[in-house]
Amino acid sequence: MFKLKNAALALALCGALGAQAADPIKVGIALDISGPFAAAGAEARDGFDLAIDKLGGKLGGQPAEFLKTDFAGNPEQATQLVTRYLQRDKITFFTGPIASNSALAVAPALFAAKVPFISSNPGPSQFAGKQCNPYFFGQYQNDTYDEAAGKLANEKGYKNMVIIAPNYPAGKDHLNGFKRLYKGGLKDEIYTKVGQIDYAAEIAQIRAAKPDAVFFFLPGAMGINFVKQFVGGGLKDVPLIAPGFSADQDVIQAVGEPMLGLYNTAHWTHDLPLPANAEFVSAFRKKYDGRYPTVYAAMAYDAILAMDAAVRDAGGKTDSPEALVKALSTPTFKSVRGEFTYARNHYPVQDYYLRVVEKDADGKLTNKLVGKVLEKHQDAYVAECAM
Amino acid sequence: MDAIFIIEQLLNGLGYGFMLFLLAAGLTLVFGIMDTMNLAHGSLFMAGAYIAARVHESSGSFVGAVLIAILATVLIAAVIEILIIRRLYSRDHLAQVLATFGIILLADDAVKAIWGPSPIMAPTPPALAGPVQLLDALPYPSYRLLMIAAGLLVAIGLYLLVNHTRVGMLVRAGASNRAMAEFMGVRVGRVFSFVFALGAALAALAGALMGPISAVQIGMGEAILIPALVVIVIGGIGSVRGAFVAALIVGLVDTAGRAFLPPLLRAVLPPSLAADLGPAMAGIAMYVLMAVILTLKPAGLFPARA
Repeated sequence: MFKLKNAALALALCGALGAQAADPIKVGIALDISGPFAAAGAEARDGFDLAIDKLGGKLGGQPAEFLKTDFAGNPEQATQLVTRYLQRDKITFFTGPIASNSALAVAPALFAAKVPFISSNPGPSQFAGKQCNPYFFGQYQNDTYDEAAGKLANEKGYKNMVIIAPNYPAGKDHLNGFKRLYKGGLKDEIYTKVGQIDYAAEIAQIRAAKPDAVFFFLPGAMGINFVKQFVGGGLKDVPLIAPGFSADQDVIQAVGEPMLGLYNTAHWTHDLPLPANAEFVSAFRKKYDGRYPTVYAAMAYDAILAMDAAVRDAGGKTDSPEALVKALSTPTFKSVRGEFTYARNHYPVQDYYLRVVEKDADGKLTNKLVGKVLEKHQDAYVAECAM
Repeated sequence: MDAIFIIEQLLNGLGYGFMLFLLAAGLTLVFGIMDTMNLAHGSLFMAGAYIAARVHESSGSFVGAVLIAILATVLIAAVIEILIIRRLYSRDHLAQVLATFGIILLADDAVKAIWGPSPIMAPTPPALAGPVQLLDALPYPSYRLLMIAAGLLVAIGLYLLVNHTRVGMLVRAGASNRAMAEFMGVRVGRVFSFVFALGAALAALAGALMGPISAVQIGMGEAILIPALVVIVIGGIGSVRGAFVAALIVGLVDTAGRAFLPPLLRAVLPPSLAADLGPAMAGIAMYVLMAVILTLKPAGLFPARA
């Protein structure tokens, strides 16, 4: 106890003397590298590591310490980890979780402690609307991917579609997101069991409905199962549209050939012709044996760059959360997705792209940029945000 | 909803049922005969799927991949049996559940260490990639027909093995009264090892066959273990015949629930209520079936220890 008191006293003195150079900026990263989101979490980790390497382990030119701990995709464990980060390590920034449920679980403690939470992936509607908070920064709002897909369906002239998602809140949100901009008719709206393995029944329903195209939101293994069985069932002439998460590099690798020609929407793609993006993609492929990065890696990379720029723009005042939030809300770093601005709910106003799964020059299956679907698009919840 | 749609859904239900049977047959033998709860059965399923996917991708031979997957999984199962399961036969179910749950965790992490956390690709054999025209208006995935055929062959093979061979007689003797079989001079230890290896081979076959139509990933074994457990409970623990009948019933009920319930509900209920109720009811159809059957026949349809 005595020692602890001394240490606290010493720390307080250090603070009083303004010895910032001695104290590194601490960044709490909650890694998701085991448990249900392990594949996406490993991608995010690789993105964080690449950005940290690029910055030489510093933020805004100041020494920084990046604390990385796995929480196995478990919201409860994530909350404990964040408590430790806040109380013991006194972090300045937080990032990391893949899933919205973990983000929603850890956010209140961070908000109370005035620690900016720069999401590297989840963009829950809650924080975009009624529960918006100055200390949360999103990379995209979850529904915007589906809205882009709805717009795309209009552009393709689809009049009769079948849409399918798992029967849980996020599944309904995603289908509602699609319906928000889609103007054609719906032949069927199918909800499946969460974690379903066999989709033969749904595929027969789709065959009977004879739609122009099918939109599916089936994350992870569910999407892999569905696409394989869909093509195996002789429906490969029916176009498939998906939000980018269901057709990212991790899914493409697992499904293989049946993915060819699948349309998907995202706010970033690895072949966006931008210098910052080209630098990121080539560095990523060099470091990780020629693998194409996913959106998870790209946004993790961006999250670290955003912190770097914020420390610089705040004039190094890392002890002032207000200054950091002010700097974060006008991003000046070169994002891999191109230029974007933050709306008042701290969710980006940005462009969304159409990608299609094709073979690259080496015969490797990957996403190829087709064009822009939505320009300077904003989420549907910003009006509910009182910030 | 025309006749073609109904025929197609029945075929789908049969296909799913046969896959469940492959898994449940091994599970019910191990549980019924050795009175040992092996939760790690799903991990053997996963091992079969991973090995088959990898071998198929590198060698290009699907049949070879399936055979190697079965062989390798049986070897893995033998090691697990000798090191761990053998010590559990005389322990209570709690110890068995804990130990085999531990094996699941180890297996998942081992797979992650070897093949990484992302799902891997299991290619469909090119000859079976497309649909075949079963009826005029019914193209059906040829790969699913192969699965139905494989399930049927295994069912016949198991029937002959269990009912018409000496080994099968020992297995049945062990299942209906283990203590008596031991007194009669059956080397129960050997029968146990044989049954465990047989169960592993069937799980590996199921995994290898499921790979091309589903995600080959960590945790795939746990996801299918639950319906397999439902099957063995409905069928009567220890009975291969029960597992067969129950697997087909569960496969058909689950598929029919998903295929026919939502449209039926939409016809009689307001759309928003039907959209909420349909998938939920389809999801629990299998468990309702189990509850009903257990109420009427508490020991399952074909109890082994009748």
